[in-house]
Amino acid sequence: MSDSAGGGAFASGALLLGVRHHGPGSARAVRAALDAARPGVVLIEGPPEADPLIPLAADPGLRPPVALLAHAVDEPGRSAFWPFAEFSPEWVAIRWALEQGVPARFIDLPATHTLAWQDEEAPPGPGPGDADGKDGAGGEGTEADRIRVDPLAVLAGTAGYDDPERWWEDVVEHRGPGAADPFAPFAALEEAMGALRERYGAGGRPRDLVREAHMRLQVRAARREFGDAVAVVCGAWHVPALRHRSAVAADRALLKGLPKVKADLTWVPWTHRRLARSSGYGAGIESPGWYGHLFRVPDRPVERWLTKVAGLLREEDRIVSSAHVIEAVRLAGTLAALRGRPLPGLGETTEAVRAVMCDGSDVPLALVHDRLVVGDVLGEVPESAPAVPLQRDLAREQRRLRLKPEALERELELDLRKDTDAGRSRLLHRLRLLGVGWGEPAHSRGSTGTFRETWRLRWEPELSVRVAEAGVWGTTVLAAATARAESDATTAGALAEVTALAEHCLLAGLPDALPVVMRVLADRAALDTDAGHLAQALPALVRSLRYGDVRGTDTGALAEVAAGLAERVFVGLPPACAALDADAAEEMRGHVDAVHTAVGLLAETLTGTAADAHGDLRGRWRSVLRALALRDAVAGVVRGRALRLLLDDGALEPGEAARLMGLVLSPGTPPADAAAWIEGFAGGGGGMLLVHDERLLGLVDTWLTGVSAEAFTDVLPLLRRTFSVYEPGVRRTLGELVRRGPGTTRGPDARAGDTPGFAADLDLRRADAVLPVLRLLLGPDTEHPGTSDHNSLAGVGT
Amino acid sequence: MSVSVDATPVEASGSALRPHAEHAFAAELAALAAQDDRPRPARWKLSPWAVATYLLGGTLPDGTVITPKYVGPRRIVEVAVTTLATDRALLLLGVPGTAKTWVSEHLAAAVSGDSTLLVQGTAGTPEEAIRYGWNYARLLAHGPSRDALVPSPVMRAMAEGMTARVEELTRIPADVQDTLITILSEKTLPIPELGQEVQAVRGFNLIATANDRDRGVNDLSSALRRRFNTVVLPLPESADAEVDIVTRRVEQIGRSLDLPAAPDGIEEIHRVVTVFRELRDGITADGRTKLKSPSGTLSTAEAISVVTSGLALAAHFGDGVLRPGDVAAGILGAVVRDPAADRVIWQEYLETVVRERDGWKDFYRACREVSV
Repeated sequence: MSDSAGGGAFASGALLLGVRHHGPGSARAVRAALDAARPGVVLIEGPPEADPLIPLAADPGLRPPVALLAHAVDEPGRSAFWPFAEFSPEWVAIRWALEQGVPARFIDLPATHTLAWQDEEAPPGPGPGDADGKDGAGGEGTEADRIRVDPLAVLAGTAGYDDPERWWEDVVEHRGPGAADPFAPFAALEEAMGALRERYGAGGRPRDLVREAHMRLQVRAARREFGDAVAVVCGAWHVPALRHRSAVAADRALLKGLPKVKADLTWVPWTHRRLARSSGYGAGIESPGWYGHLFRVPDRPVERWLTKVAGLLREEDRIVSSAHVIEAVRLAGTLAALRGRPLPGLGETTEAVRAVMCDGSDVPLALVHDRLVVGDVLGEVPESAPAVPLQRDLAREQRRLRLKPEALERELELDLRKDTDAGRSRLLHRLRLLGVGWGEPAHSRGSTGTFRETWRLRWEPELSVRVAEAGVWGTTVLAAATARAESDATTAGALAEVTALAEHCLLAGLPDALPVVMRVLADRAALDTDAGHLAQALPALVRSLRYGDVRGTDTGALAEVAAGLAERVFVGLPPACAALDADAAEEMRGHVDAVHTAVGLLAETLTGTAADAHGDLRGRWRSVLRALALRDAVAGVVRGRALRLLLDDGALEPGEAARLMGLVLSPGTPPADAAAWIEGFAGGGGGMLLVHDERLLGLVDTWLTGVSAEAFTDVLPLLRRTFSVYEPGVRRTLGELVRRGPGTTRGPDARAGDTPGFAADLDLRRADAVLPVLRLLLGPDTEHPGTSDHNSLAGVGT
Repeated sequence: MSVSVDATPVEASGSALRPHAEHAFAAELAALAAQDDRPRPARWKLSPWAVATYLLGGTLPDGTVITPKYVGPRRIVEVAVTTLATDRALLLLGVPGTAKTWVSEHLAAAVSGDSTLLVQGTAGTPEEAIRYGWNYARLLAHGPSRDALVPSPVMRAMAEGMTARVEELTRIPADVQDTLITILSEKTLPIPELGQEVQAVRGFNLIATANDRDRGVNDLSSALRRRFNTVVLPLPESADAEVDIVTRRVEQIGRSLDLPAAPDGIEEIHRVVTVFRELRDGITADGRTKLKSPSGTLSTAEAISVVTSGLALAAHFGDGVLRPGDVAAGILGAVVRDPAADRVIWQEYLETVVRERDGWKDFYRACREVSV
């Protein structure tokens, strides 16, 4: 590589190419400059430990967007990313070097130190990237802090721009290729940055000085090794510092005594969405798709972009003609002129798309933003790339919990009251969330307690591949499962899916994912108009609430959501019960039953918690039941059921129930409806209750004897239908009771002091019948005299 | 080519109940024109840049203060002005009360210096209102001629290179709407009776306004829609801005109805606006809870009418202070348009949001009373 072509380029030392990370204009300029200067080595801002990974960039299996992932070996949760898109200047430099057979090196401070820094930084720095371990040390602006100076904002402000991104676009990114002097833009930028650095120094980032010292030493070493033809690609901010001539000893001194952790690096696939700023990655860009477009197209970027947008809208069945594209191009161009910009940017083209192609609506525009401006490009990494940290974390967890992956299938009984077993259960649940089906939950044999779990374990070889795939979600099993659960929640289709996910989060011990899941759940519940869906979701939610209690998880948010869901069910249920056909009514009766149980549990669980502010849930549910029972439009089976539930709760006077029953079963009611009502009131397992609760039987009996002769022949088949589902024993007992006459045991004088539903005196014959069984249960030697037994048996009878 | 134009005597003396924009803001327009050195499209009184400044407000180099005519996103005005400059027709969409007519009037005043070339769209707007009519006395006396022709505002705008305005475009019957297609695409208006045509002069353009959430409107054919660039005027961005608009309008209306001023109304106005915004946006003001949106528009204009009728209730039947009970019925009427679905939505809102909000107890009770 002779430097004759670009001899002038190295006149003042190494060729310093200051760039904006992920800037397509910068990327083009870098390629042009490298082509012109033909350096003997390319130095790139990035962790030097990744040098052995550079040749992988030539592998066709490695497709950007990808990221260099550095993680601490002993603590996979501590990690940093250096993302590269196809249009990143650093990536372009790497590719150029590989194509030309020129060595490429990373020269930033080693990840060993930057990862160790993260640890110290974590407590005081509440930066958004710190918490989720995405605080990449590679980009300018990652360390988001208000005090720190944003160099671009200062430059843009000086130029009269309110938005630094736009300024950069106008001045650098929108330069077409083939400028006369490939080095001119870099020289201009260096000058501007130099002025800024003079004014602001390190810009409140003292660590930059250390990094820059390291980079200077590396550049010096490279010049000794390869001669003068050295090109450096780094953030524009660092250029003046690298140009600065400082003593080697001073630089070395800065690097002394830095903290260290053992770090490991690999390539991981990245996505455009994660490149976008909205994903919370500090150094991200808002419009990777647009930048990719700018980088790829040979010419006429606006025309090609709008044609692409039109294509997308056509695919989605919007009528967009070529005339639309023409008008959009005109509008974008004129708008840019009005705003005094040299070329329409993303803002102008978006306005044009909205006004011309989308009829002013933001809905199709959101699609354009999602698919094109951001884009759903997914990077790929070849199998030869080193292992992801998630695998290490899993191995550590397996060691810690003494749970070896074995190909042989075996069953595992867990007692959740033990710490190790609880940990195993959580790990298996988390892996299931990540799609790593190592363990399948099986039905517990023998015990049905909530503190027991049975798993069927089997480690198949392809599960390793699954773990590698799951590496995109995070670096530890916990973080990955949390991220996966959050993502699943936002993309879930039905309300029931989200409820199931909430349950899963509790089982897997993912408290951090729970707020997101709860939020989605609350939103879904608010927007779901089908009361049936809501009624379906409530029991599962209440169940998780109870279960969370058992495990000692904080379920405050869950309780809040459950109470809100119950309110919505209360409001939505009465209208939803009207005008139903037989099948739908039967389904709705199931919902009413389930909600009734759930409300009981919920009211019990909420007592004394913050969500208790919701007040008398039970009372409000009763008023809903009352409304259901009294409304004529409601299906008979639901009405009967509602009345029965009220009666069981003791919320209704027996006389009132009898009156309503008589009303429903009077000749004016269509026979089908009357039958349905009885089915709802006394159907299913209700027969047993009729046996034991003579009050109910009395009601039915009174009504039946009051029915006129001709009406009786009408209702007989309907009653038979209801009573035929009872077990034979129940039917026989009922028959006997009726033959004896339910009214005979309770004379009008015996009513005083009577518990409703019970005879005045103990039925000694029935009580005696239980005694042998009781003796069997309690042991043969417990022969208590009669009275105490009789007292306790009175309770059993209910 | 001569088109007889009956110049309407313009009331510029200030005695008009509501002067046209070009007269009310004549001084600002003149100052802008005097200092405007940027290129102007043919027959424009101002450059596009100056038109945008006129609408958005600002201070000129010589210190003249231009009052903002439209308070809202800058991009909307920029796109609207640019559309007119590219000689595409402009369609302003929005729910009632989003200043569509206001923006269109000021745009026409700034671009052409005349905002009176106006066609008001109604269900009975005839084709003549957009093309031309005949002076039948002349027609009978002298036969068909240009003298017997009565030009429409659109025809005059074409002949003179001015900006025409069509209000409530979607209220006009579909067949009448479609007469605009030739005008907008061919930029000519044929007069087959005379075997002539009127060709649009450079500078001609058209601003239409339409209500996009109204029922029973005549939707634009795709052929016509294609001729327009569409700009949607949004509802007020913040609750405070909306409260401000409602308060001001309610005061104006109250004055003309001679209602006594309510001393303690601002709290209720704030409440009405909050309820409307939350239900309209489908999310509570604190952004924590999602809500279902009812079928009604719930525009600012409706909020104004709820408050006005509440004030009337308070003045005539109450103690003169606007109380929750005075607005509850009005809100219910505005929200529950579809008796089945909207009622559920309203009750859900009452039970899950209103009931637990601090200081909303009275309002909750009042709403429960009127809801049951």
